[in-house]
Amino acid sequence: MTVVRRAGLALLLTAAVLVGFVGVTHWIMNIFIFTVMYAGLATGWNLVGGFAGYTSLGHAAFFGIGAYAMDVTFEHHSIGAGYVPFAILPFIGIGVAALSIPLGWIAMRTRAATFAIVTITLLFVVQTLAFNLKSITHGSQGMGITPPPFALHTYERPFYVAMLAMLVLALLITWYVQRSKLGLALAAIRDDEDKAHGVGVHVTAVKLIAFSTSVAIASMIGAVWAYYVLFIYPQFAVDPLISIGIVLMVFLGGKGTLWGPALGALIVVPAQQYFAYELGASKLYLIAYAGLFLVIMLFLPQGIIPSLASWADRNRHRRARTLSGGQLVSPPLHELLP
Amino acid sequence: MSNLLDVANLTKRFGGVTAVDDCSFGVEEHSITALIGPNGSGKTTAFNMITGYLPADSGHIVFGGAKMSRPRPAQLARLGLCRTFQQARVFNQLSTRENLVAASQPSWRQLFGARSTAADREQADELLADFNLSDQADKLARELSYGQRKLLEFAAALVGSPRLILLDEPSAGVNPVMIETMERHVRSRHAAGATFLIVEHDMNLVMRLCDPIIVLDQGSPIATGTPSEIQMNSAVLDAYLGA
Amino acid sequence: MHLLVQSIIVGVLTGGVYALMATGQTLIFGVMRVINVAQGAMVILAAYLSSSLFSSFGIDPFLSILITAPILFVLGFTIHATFLRRLRPEQNELSLLIMFAVALGIEGVLGLAYSTTYRSIQTGYVNRSFTVAGYHVALVRLLAFGLSAVILVGLFLLLNRSRFGRSVRATVQNPTSARLLGVEPTRVAAIGFGLGAATAAAAGAVYGLVYPFNGGSHYDLISRLLSIVMLGGLGSLGGSVIAALVMGVAESVVAANVSPIWSSFTFFAVLLAVLVFRPRGLFGVAQRGAL
Ligand SMILES: Nc1ncnc2c1ncn2[C@@H]1O[C@H](COP(=O)(O)OP(=O)(O)OP(=O)(O)O)[C@@H](O)[C@H]1O
Ligand SMILES: [Mg+2]
Repeated sequence: MTVVRRAGLALLLTAAVLVGFVGVTHWIMNIFIFTVMYAGLATGWNLVGGFAGYTSLGHAAFFGIGAYAMDVTFEHHSIGAGYVPFAILPFIGIGVAALSIPLGWIAMRTRAATFAIVTITLLFVVQTLAFNLKSITHGSQGMGITPPPFALHTYERPFYVAMLAMLVLALLITWYVQRSKLGLALAAIRDDEDKAHGVGVHVTAVKLIAFSTSVAIASMIGAVWAYYVLFIYPQFAVDPLISIGIVLMVFLGGKGTLWGPALGALIVVPAQQYFAYELGASKLYLIAYAGLFLVIMLFLPQGIIPSLASWADRNRHRRARTLSGGQLVSPPLHELLP
Repeated sequence: MSNLLDVANLTKRFGGVTAVDDCSFGVEEHSITALIGPNGSGKTTAFNMITGYLPADSGHIVFGGAKMSRPRPAQLARLGLCRTFQQARVFNQLSTRENLVAASQPSWRQLFGARSTAADREQADELLADFNLSDQADKLARELSYGQRKLLEFAAALVGSPRLILLDEPSAGVNPVMIETMERHVRSRHAAGATFLIVEHDMNLVMRLCDPIIVLDQGSPIATGTPSEIQMNSAVLDAYLGA
Repeated sequence: MHLLVQSIIVGVLTGGVYALMATGQTLIFGVMRVINVAQGAMVILAAYLSSSLFSSFGIDPFLSILITAPILFVLGFTIHATFLRRLRPEQNELSLLIMFAVALGIEGVLGLAYSTTYRSIQTGYVNRSFTVAGYHVALVRLLAFGLSAVILVGLFLLLNRSRFGRSVRATVQNPTSARLLGVEPTRVAAIGFGLGAATAAAAGAVYGLVYPFNGGSHYDLISRLLSIVMLGGLGSLGGSVIAALVMGVAESVVAANVSPIWSSFTFFAVLLAVLVFRPRGLFGVAQRGAL
């Protein structure tokens, strides 16, 4: 089984990499990049939103910080063109993780809807800073990077591979968290945080680890994005729609699962890009987005993967029951006592 | 004998209601102390303040020699004080076994290690076998019956071998077989050196298990003594009969 | 000194308008435990409606409230009936996300119906102002403040004196026992939601007179309103009014005396301070039963 699984994963990864090397139009390649980008963002978000149960609406802020970090580095240091800028990604990730610890410490004193409010406020704080700190960000004028000298017909390839690397990183971290005591502690926190305190879970530390890792991933992806789009300005780089899109995809695919967020992105992003392209009017696409969100919230709040899993579970039970002669096993005696 | 826990002048008001009123008592090391009292006399509220789930309006506790006016649940857990809740709180989305592993207070190093090691599983399964929960080990906690969840919560409180265990109505809503299991465990842990503070309404259980007994009425202790002393005490009778 | 007093005057007047918006949000939180992040979008929607009624039919924005308020009431009622009725109070994250989607939907519809260029309601009196003891007072802002005060007093009376108000407060405190007393909590919640949305109608007319706006303006409002209701303590009507005035003054004082571009930061700074020192807000209570 594990051999089959490993082979499947290797195949999937190879296919994902190869997708970047098939000769498709720039337009299609663009969709690939954004799909993988959102898959990475959603998978990273899931660490804190899915596993710890803290619905953050502020990830776009960290995405934007990463984007600006990339552009600012370009402006102040001759880090060279081409592939070199990708090398500064880890530094951006570490820097943002460090920055996020005090922020997370404050925000995570609140829970549930209040946490969502606090994080969305954080997003607007960062957006306002991007507008106002003109000496660093040039305010509403925006910042640009000179286009890298990549060959025109394969121009997108490095960005695709970088985004894919971020996605794989996020998946690996998720996989690791699921299998470590960290994941167990996060599950306990999501279930009943007060109780978790009482049985000695290192609640605050574990939450902060999840939060800072999660936003570090967002920031690195933001940095790649900034290099790809070349020109950023405050509303573009720090956009509430990015946060909402991430949440939407995770809910669709399944919170707290390994593959759910990526699956959600795989469904939503191509549709979104296609609609934006077909319908043109971006406002119509806003309405479609809102409608899709409402439909998911109302009819599939569990998400695809958990729903499929419980459906398979029910089937297995039914089959097991049929095998045992259609008889329900009676509960043990001590359960029937008052 | 010295006290493992001292409660000093704890007070809690909810709006106009004074749930716990200048409450002081001690729990002797190595005792099974009962805290009884009529409904609404403030037992749970006192527990909540002692275990740091509710900030006290005034007063403090001394646990194992350390004075704390704002204890935190996590800090107490690490010092060896665990509790159960009246409403049986377990981690519903975790399996029964993982509920015990989650309560095992891993070191920082272990936090980054495997979710459940072989040693974790062994320790958990031993405890589950003791509590007749082995068959449920892989079920999610939310699929257990109420009684089983109460047993599980109790088992989880025992994982770290704490020095003091606070139980809030362990027998309420639990069938007699499970009550017996619970009682057996209290006795064996007691024999192994643990101290208990138990809130309980089942007087038969209290009388055969606990000594001393502290009686709470309207938020403050009105009597302390051995079971026979308490049974004779007229103030206690009055409190229970509402005279 | 003159500048300071002048900015405080402006701040109090602005604070009155904030109070009106925040009250609607507080009411909705009170009856449903729903944090209505679409309150800002509803205000902008109402501003557009009033603006259209003025430009097409010449209806004065203040009068147009009589038309827009029922529309917004129905909108709020419908949103509640369609999306929120089945949610339990513990699902407040889900309801927040739903309201976020509603806000996006409203923004999208507005963007489709009107262009994204900024507009404002240009009545004849919009730039009129007068001077009292050397201080400058804009007429619209004064009228806006007066209207807000009247509506707030009306709401307080409605909640504290009427039968409906008693049902609302019963629902807020304990839905189960409210039902035993013959109050239908879902119905009360739906009406409360409608009323909260209807206050956005008044706030929208006023907002359109004072500030230029477009479909995306609700983002400015969200962060402000959320800061105010957090500061006031979620669910406390009196708290939100006081918090609105405090924030209005703080914003205006910073704008006049420090720098206008940093004025919106006062909201965030205050919110942060509240979270660090008093996470449940100035007037918030830990349990249900505020309002
Ligand atoms: N969160 C709260 N808010 C308001 N009042 C409370 C709160 N918690 C407890 N009370 C009140 O404080 C008093 C003491 O309650 P507590 O739960 O501590 O009693 P108890 O002794 O545990 O009762 P029981 O035996 O029924 O469990 C009661 O009058 C109760 O109504
Ligand atoms: Mg109790």
